[in-house]
Amino acid sequence: MTALEIDALDKTYGTVRALRDMTFDVRAGEIFGFVGSNGAGKSTTMRIVLGVLAQDSGDVRWDGRPIDADTRRRIGYMPEERGLYPRMKVADQLVYLARLHGLDARAAHASMERWTETLGIAERRGDEVLKLSLGNQQRVQLAAALVHEPDILVLDEPFSGLDPVAVDVMSAVLRDQAAAGRPVVFSSHQLELVERLSDRVGIVRAGSMVAVGGIEELRRTEHRRWSVQGPPDASWAADLAGVRVVSSAGSTTVVEEDATAAADVDQAVLHAALAAAPVREFALVRPSLSELYRDVVTADLGADTGSAAEATTARGAA
Amino acid sequence: MSGARALGSGAVIRMVAGREIRTRVASKGFIWITVAFVVIVVLGGLVLKLVGTPDGTQHVAVTQDVAGTAALVESTGTGVGVQVQTQEVPDRAAGEALLRSGDVDALVVAVSPELEVVVEQSLPDPLAAVFGSLAQQLTLGTAITELGGDPAQVARELSAAAPQVTALEPEPQRDGGQVVAGVIVGILLFIALMNAGQLVAQGVVEEKTSRVVELLLATVRPWQLMAGKVLGIGAVGLLQLVLIVGAAAGSALGFGVLDSSSLDVGSVALWSLVWFVVGFAMFALVLAALAALVSRQEDIGSVTGPVIALMIVPYIIGISIAPYDPENSLVVVLSFVPFAAPFVMPIRQALDTAAPWEVALSLGLSLAVIPVLVWLAGRVYSNAVLHAGGRVKLKDALASR
Repeated sequence: MTALEIDALDKTYGTVRALRDMTFDVRAGEIFGFVGSNGAGKSTTMRIVLGVLAQDSGDVRWDGRPIDADTRRRIGYMPEERGLYPRMKVADQLVYLARLHGLDARAAHASMERWTETLGIAERRGDEVLKLSLGNQQRVQLAAALVHEPDILVLDEPFSGLDPVAVDVMSAVLRDQAAAGRPVVFSSHQLELVERLSDRVGIVRAGSMVAVGGIEELRRTEHRRWSVQGPPDASWAADLAGVRVVSSAGSTTVVEEDATAAADVDQAVLHAALAAAPVREFALVRPSLSELYRDVVTADLGADTGSAAEATTARGAA
Repeated sequence: MSGARALGSGAVIRMVAGREIRTRVASKGFIWITVAFVVIVVLGGLVLKLVGTPDGTQHVAVTQDVAGTAALVESTGTGVGVQVQTQEVPDRAAGEALLRSGDVDALVVAVSPELEVVVEQSLPDPLAAVFGSLAQQLTLGTAITELGGDPAQVARELSAAAPQVTALEPEPQRDGGQVVAGVIVGILLFIALMNAGQLVAQGVVEEKTSRVVELLLATVRPWQLMAGKVLGIGAVGLLQLVLIVGAAAGSALGFGVLDSSSLDVGSVALWSLVWFVVGFAMFALVLAALAALVSRQEDIGSVTGPVIALMIVPYIIGISIAPYDPENSLVVVLSFVPFAAPFVMPIRQALDTAAPWEVALSLGLSLAVIPVLVWLAGRVYSNAVLHAGGRVKLKDALASR
């Protein structure tokens, strides 16, 4: 299966190690959400993929072969620092960029028309970019990444500065692109969005990938937890076999299974709670991406060796 | 895949250059500057024609009664070094009409008993000398006739009498037309090179400031981007200069203001274009590389200053010394030095004081520098253009990678 492989990238700026052993892959047809705090190395990784920055060591491969200029021409790129010619008209700009990526004049023009239409900026084709609102400039920037019909998408913060409608348009575009069999990598600080959109997520910290996997996979904890709302206190769960009370606040109690618990311990928990009082809510507690992210990026740096597997285990036990 | 094909460097450079040409030729700045220069040049030619060249011919009308003096006026003029053209008018009134319309500078109405000359306001200085001498001759002629001699023959001999002068260091033959052409070529080349060079520097920084360079360099190599930009802006600058020089040469020939000059307008015009191309190649490469070191338009001056000085010094020397003293040793030396040659050599050529081998040597030296500049500029540009933020040190840009 074709995939964009980022393999053991290292990059040092002066005394700052921007990337250390950055490794992950993005498969064709998959949306990969790339999260991490500012300066963690997301943009550096993307710039190395695009060849605008050279790595100290490591490889970027597409379809098993080291990525070259011809493959890079087939990438749609949205740089972190937005960049377009401010005094060039939208249509001219997009056609120019499409042609630089190898489309002929006719195809470039058709593609420009299609993408300005899709992204809702068709009526601004004749305007200079600097006359557009920030949101519309952002749409032109996305159009610039897509106008040459790329085979791979690398988008650095494509959602920043977009209004909710534009976010929906952008999300739909990313889904379409993935559905067409293209690998899509994007970075974002809007974690709910990443959670909703991504097939897989990579959490990066201090230049290394510390957790990577499908959303469900990442949210699965080693010991299941349930939140029960209804009984006025936690006394109903105190003697229940296989679980322990993690927290109790008012009528909400959170219990966690222990190593001896049976697979259907959830049923035992529910029965015990019902026996005590009417239950209004009973749910499996899974950490959101935001919680995972917070756990990962605030974890003690010294305890972490940069291996994704270890990080996942450490978090599950926490 | 979606109809895209691999692009050769040539195609990429053509596209980048094409964008530069399209955006710049369509810009108001280009159109207005070009139109303004063409208009100035054509008007200048027209004015020169109307006021006459500085050493211009004096026009004198002679009434029918004294038509015989016409030849004498012209030969006297030749004697005192003033070119005089005469024409005959039927009577005084017709002559006065010509005076008022400015077609003639003086009108001779009588020669005896005294020479009588009518002018509109005052007698121009050159004609004052002519008529002063003429009056003396006429008086002398009367006296010779009274003494029984032939005044016409005496007059001929008198006007032919001139001292034999031997110059120890004869000045090269130059005329006003060549001096004017030298100055104009010097000024035009300076403005054209300065303007095009600044456009290159601004264009490079514009791409850095707007960060579009990151998007471009994801698909284009740095050297292709630089080459396309330099070629595109060079083509625009050349087009502008062709229009202006063409207008200058056209109006000079069309209005006939250089009829009396030995200036070879076509050759001077052609050479100024050649020197623009050579000079632009050198300065554009240097300016593109230096501009890549900074990220903001405000900082351009700090890196391009020395280059601008490199343009101003030969320009000043070129137009202030060369037209009047083309054999000045500083001028001659500078006309061979790369970077200075494009400002100085064309002036020497306009003055017709540069031997063909000198032109060839100067051109060869400048051309030899260009490949070195291509290598240096490509290296500095590639290493510096993606560094946003502060100013990149030239040393670092040369060293890294």
